[in-house]
Amino acid sequence: MQMDFEKIFERPKTLRPVATHYCPGCGHGIAGRLVAEVIDELNVSERAVGVAPVGCSVLLYNYLEIDMYEAAHGRAPAVATGCKRVRPDLVVFTYQGDGDFASIGIAEAVHAAARGEKISTIFINNAIYGMTGGQMAPTTLIGQKTTTSPIGRTSERAGFPIRMAELLATLDGAAYIARVAVNSPKHIIKARRAVKKAFETQIKGLGYSMVEILSPCPTDWRMTPIEAAKWVEEKMMPYYPLGEFKVPQKEK
Amino acid sequence: MEKKFMTGNEAIAEAAIQAGCQHFFGYPITPQSEIPEYMSKRLPEIGGIYLQAESEVAAINMLFGAAGAGVRVMTSSSSPGISLMQEGISYIAGAQLPCVIVNIMRGGPGLGGIQPSQSDYFQATKGGGHGDYHMLVLAPHTVQEAVSLTMEAFDLADTYRNPVMILGDGYMGQMMEPVEFYKTSSPNLPPKDWALTGAKGRSANLVKSLYLDPEALEKHNLEINRKIQKMRKDEVRVENYQTDDAEVIIAAYGTVARICKTAIKVLRDKGIKAGMIRPITVFPFPYNDFEKLADKMRKFLVVEMSLGQMIEDVKLGLCGKAQISFYGRTGGMVPSYDEIVTETEKLVKEVG
Ligand SMILES: Cc1ncc(C[n+]2csc(CCOP(=O)(O)OP(=O)(O)O)c2C)c(N)n1
Ligand code: SF4
Repeated sequence: MQMDFEKIFERPKTLRPVATHYCPGCGHGIAGRLVAEVIDELNVSERAVGVAPVGCSVLLYNYLEIDMYEAAHGRAPAVATGCKRVRPDLVVFTYQGDGDFASIGIAEAVHAAARGEKISTIFINNAIYGMTGGQMAPTTLIGQKTTTSPIGRTSERAGFPIRMAELLATLDGAAYIARVAVNSPKHIIKARRAVKKAFETQIKGLGYSMVEILSPCPTDWRMTPIEAAKWVEEKMMPYYPLGEFKVPQKEK
Repeated sequence: MEKKFMTGNEAIAEAAIQAGCQHFFGYPITPQSEIPEYMSKRLPEIGGIYLQAESEVAAINMLFGAAGAGVRVMTSSSSPGISLMQEGISYIAGAQLPCVIVNIMRGGPGLGGIQPSQSDYFQATKGGGHGDYHMLVLAPHTVQEAVSLTMEAFDLADTYRNPVMILGDGYMGQMMEPVEFYKTSSPNLPPKDWALTGAKGRSANLVKSLYLDPEALEKHNLEINRKIQKMRKDEVRVENYQTDDAEVIIAAYGTVARICKTAIKVLRDKGIKAGMIRPITVFPFPYNDFEKLADKMRKFLVVEMSLGQMIEDVKLGLCGKAQISFYGRTGGMVPSYDEIVTETEKLVKEVG
C-alpha cells in the first residue's frame, strides 16, 4: 500500500545540494541557509544578487543558486551600490564578516547606510577573524583571547569592540537594523524573521537594511560547538544586545 | 557636425556619454573635477547614474559592481586618487570586467602638487595593482584625440573584458579646443552573457577573481595573458610624425608630444630635420615601431613630464642600437618648445 506523505521540511531551492567548507558548529552555515530560505519565500531568486567578500563568508557563492560577486576585503557595500544603482530591479545583498564590515570596510559600510542604498547586509559577528586563523577583530570582546591578543584584549592596547547595529541605527539612511543570533533554535527563528524584514525593506525601497548575526566560530574560539553556542549567549549577548534598533517608519 | 569649444575634461565626459556610458562613480580631485561635475549635470538628464563615492576606494568598487552588472561605466581621478584605486583595478582585471578609468595626472609623489605631470606612467603601464595583469592605456595629445580615444576605450574594454585607462594630464584636462563628436560604429562586441542580471532562465553567474587552487589560478592568469598578447598584436597605435627624412627623432606622448610638434617646426626652420614617434597606446607599447626606426636612425631624444619613465620602454624598443638622451621636467613644470629645441640641438651636435 502506498502512503502519501506531506513534505514539511526540505532544502531551500536556492541552496545548492553541496557540502559546505564551514567547520562543525559554525554559524555561517545557518546564516547562509536563512538567506536561501528568505530568497525562496519572497520568490526573488531570479533577481537576487549576492556580494560575498573576503573572509569565511566568501565561498557563499558556492552554496547559493543565484548570481553572485566575490568582492575585495571590506568593499562589498560599494560593489552592491554599483550593482543596485545601475539595476534597481535587482535584490542586492552583501554577506560580510566582522573584520570585513567593521574594520577594513567600515567606511563603505557607513556610507552605504548613510546614502540609504537599497541593499541589505547580512553581517556575521563572530568576534574574531575566522579565515586567517583567529586574530583579533574590531568586535573581539575585552578579555577575549585571540592569536593577536594572547593575554586577552585590553582596552588600553586595542580600544573597545564596535557595536555596528547601534552605530548604523543613528544614520537616517538606515531603514531596518537588527541584531540576532544563530546559537539556538529560538534565536534562529527570530534571525530568519529579521533577514526577511531586511529583504522586504529593500524590496519596498525604504532604504538600507542590516542584520547583525551573532555567530559561533568554535574553531578559532578553541571551543566545542556546544561551548561556543553557550559563549554567544553568556559573553556576546550582554555586550551585543539582541533586538531591532531601527524599523522602517512607514511600518506600524 | 558642428564643433564645440570644450575643455579636455568636459570633452572626455561628453565623449563617454556619446559612447553609451550612462554611469559614473567618482570622488573629487584637482585637476579633473570638471569630469564629475559635468557628469553630475548630464547623466541625470539622460536617465543615467552619477554618484559621488565616499572615496576612490569605494568608487572603483562601485565600478566593479556596475561593470559586473553588464553596463558601460566610467570613473575619473588624478594621481593620488588613482593610487587608491589600484586594489580595485586589480580585482576588475582579475574578474575580467570592462570599464574605463581616466587619470588626469598631476605631480607626485605623495600629495605632490596639482599641476600637470606624466609621472604615473609606470603605475599605468606596468600594473599598478598586484598580480599578472595589464590595463590597455590610451594617451591622447589633443582634446579631439581625447574624444575619439575615450569613445573607443569603451569598445576596447568590452572587446577584451579588461579595464582601459585614458592617461591624460592636468594640461590636457584644462585646455580648451574646438571638438567634434563623431558617431563611432561599434565593432561586433561579444555578448555580456557573464553579467549579473539575476539568474532568470539561465544558471547562476559568478563574478570573481578568487581561485584557491593554484592550477586553476594559473589557468585563469594564462587566459588573461592571452588577451594581453592579443592586445600587443592588434591594438598598438603610434604616430610617426615627420620621421621619413629625419636625422633626429623625439619620442614623447600626450601633452608633451603636442609641444614637441611645435619644437619640430622650429627645428626644421633652423635646418635640423627632426621627427617624432608618439605612442598613442602606451600599453601595449609600440616596441616594433621603435625597433624599425632604430635601423635607420641613431639619435633619439625622449621628452617627458617625469624624471624618466617611458624612456625605459624606448630603450627596450631600440635594443641598444641608438644613442638616447633624455629631457624631463617634473613636479608640474611643463617643458617649453624652446627647451626641447635646445636639447635636440645639443644631441645633434654631440653625436655629430
Ligand atoms: C586587503 C586584504 N587584507 C587582508 C586580507 C587577509 N584576510 C583574509 S580573510 C581576513 C579576515 C576576515 O575576517 P572576518 O571579516 O571577520 O570574516 P570571517 O572569516 O571571520 O568570517 C583577512 C584579514 C585580505 N584578503 N585582503
Ligand atoms: S573558522 Fe570560524 S567562521 Fe570560519 S568556518 Fe570555521 S568556525 Fe566558521
